[in-house]
Amino acid sequence: MVTVARAKAGPAPPKGQGLSDSTSLGWKILIIPALVWLGVFFLYPIIRILSLSFTEFSGDQVSGLDNYIWFFTTPANVVVLWRTIWVSALIALLSLIIGYPYAYLLSISTGRRRLLLISAVVIPLTISPLVRSYAWIGILRDNGPVVAILQWLGIEVELLGNLLGVAVGMVHINFPLMVLPLFAALSRIDRRLLDAGASLGATPLSAFWRVYAPLSLPGVLAGTVLVFVNSLGFYLTPALLGSPRQTLLSPLIVTQTQLVLAWGRGGAMATVLLITTLGVLLLGSLATRRALMRSSQ
Amino acid sequence: MTHGGRRWLWVAVTIIALWLFLPAFAVLPMSLNNTNRMSVWPEDRSLRLYDQLFGEPQWTAALTRSFRIGAIVTVLAVVLGTLAALAIARGYSRARRAGLNALILAPVIIPVVIAAIASYSLYLEWNIVGSERALIFAHTSIAIPFVVIPVLASLRGINPTLEFAAQSLGASRASAVWHVTLPLIRPGIAVGAFLAFMQSFDEVVLSLFLTGPLSRTLPVRMYSALIDDLDPTVAAAAAVIILFTTVAVVSIGVSRLSEARGAH
Repeated sequence: MVTVARAKAGPAPPKGQGLSDSTSLGWKILIIPALVWLGVFFLYPIIRILSLSFTEFSGDQVSGLDNYIWFFTTPANVVVLWRTIWVSALIALLSLIIGYPYAYLLSISTGRRRLLLISAVVIPLTISPLVRSYAWIGILRDNGPVVAILQWLGIEVELLGNLLGVAVGMVHINFPLMVLPLFAALSRIDRRLLDAGASLGATPLSAFWRVYAPLSLPGVLAGTVLVFVNSLGFYLTPALLGSPRQTLLSPLIVTQTQLVLAWGRGGAMATVLLITTLGVLLLGSLATRRALMRSSQ
Repeated sequence: MTHGGRRWLWVAVTIIALWLFLPAFAVLPMSLNNTNRMSVWPEDRSLRLYDQLFGEPQWTAALTRSFRIGAIVTVLAVVLGTLAALAIARGYSRARRAGLNALILAPVIIPVVIAAIASYSLYLEWNIVGSERALIFAHTSIAIPFVVIPVLASLRGINPTLEFAAQSLGASRASAVWHVTLPLIRPGIAVGAFLAFMQSFDEVVLSLFLTGPLSRTLPVRMYSALIDDLDPTVAAAAAVIILFTTVAVVSIGVSRLSEARGAH
């Protein structure tokens, strides 16, 4: 396999000097340090806490699934799980609505404008989410500028301590995850297809909906899935901008473990979060693959 | 799209771009506040918060600790990640590569809260919660993928036959990698090192669990300023982080742009 891949990449290297099995083994073992590190300090603790959900119990044990029975029979937990899922879906939808026009203009702009639009995505992306959440507290707080402007317009609304503030902060943090794959997908679309549609009598709007939009679908799906999955695990933004009465799954896991040290229950909640994350990721990548196959036909 | 439609699109996108920069711009005036009341446009301005940030031991200790841990994590992640990227790019078939990628990238996909409670529970047993070692173990794990991704990308951009050319001229394989491959993937390693450092330097959730009262990093100190003691110094810390990050990103961007131009 390696030989085939290399041969395609360039002219064949001298025999016996680079491609013997021993060389390939030499490359192979370079991965061991990273795998050992991740195995010991990342995967082992996670597998351990997931298995604790089947062996550690708070109170009298009835069956090995007690922690999961507790999770799904406690209405507050189920409410938080559903809220986490629909809030994440909403964040993905909002990111798509503002990310699509942004990625579209990015894909057709050139020179300095493109550099500016790219910088506006990349520079905030690297600034710590904690710092950004702090800034949103200052901007959205009760006596802050945004609330003052809204009051002047006659709108009475609180933006902090509820899901509105959380949405503003989470869309901001997730924005690059939406725009970058969308930008990649939109850049690949041959815009002459739109002209072809127009020359066949389509209005610009119908050319967009019937030609451009379907071709952009793989990028739309990829961005939406990334944002959805990333949102499921958010801790900082809901903890700082939201309210304990509208908590999400990650902050709930933290209170269940850091204060109560209930590892079994914490492990069960972690398992639920992990399975939800991987489930959305799996469904999303299947849908993206189907859309890709359809658009390449 | 019609001409007028295009113009409205530009208006909307300009507003979005301003919104993207808004938090960064808001923090700078917030940090000049001379009162203890939070405000995005303080009337009474001074550099008092910066004096506190660089003067009070609890803040300076947190700041130096974050830089120290970040530096150690960067070195570890760059070494482990670069070796792993070389192995993935050169040693494995395409089918194996997908599996290895999934393993290496697991820290990006798995929600950090899960890693946090998992490490906390294990490190309590190992009795290392509150030590800098605990943070280094956990931070390096989440930093490794951020080195592997850019290094793999730059490895994809170079021709492996260059190494064979060096070897056919008599260089050993190790020296071919050292003298030919490494210089070529240096831009990828630089980006990876920066991202790895920021992963550690900005990390909050793992650190909230793994630090003790005497081993707080800067983000943990800032978090407790927001949640517990409402210490306004957090504004100066936030502004310093924004300036530091922006200068680093812009200089990496500029150097890559000029490298790309120089190559033509």
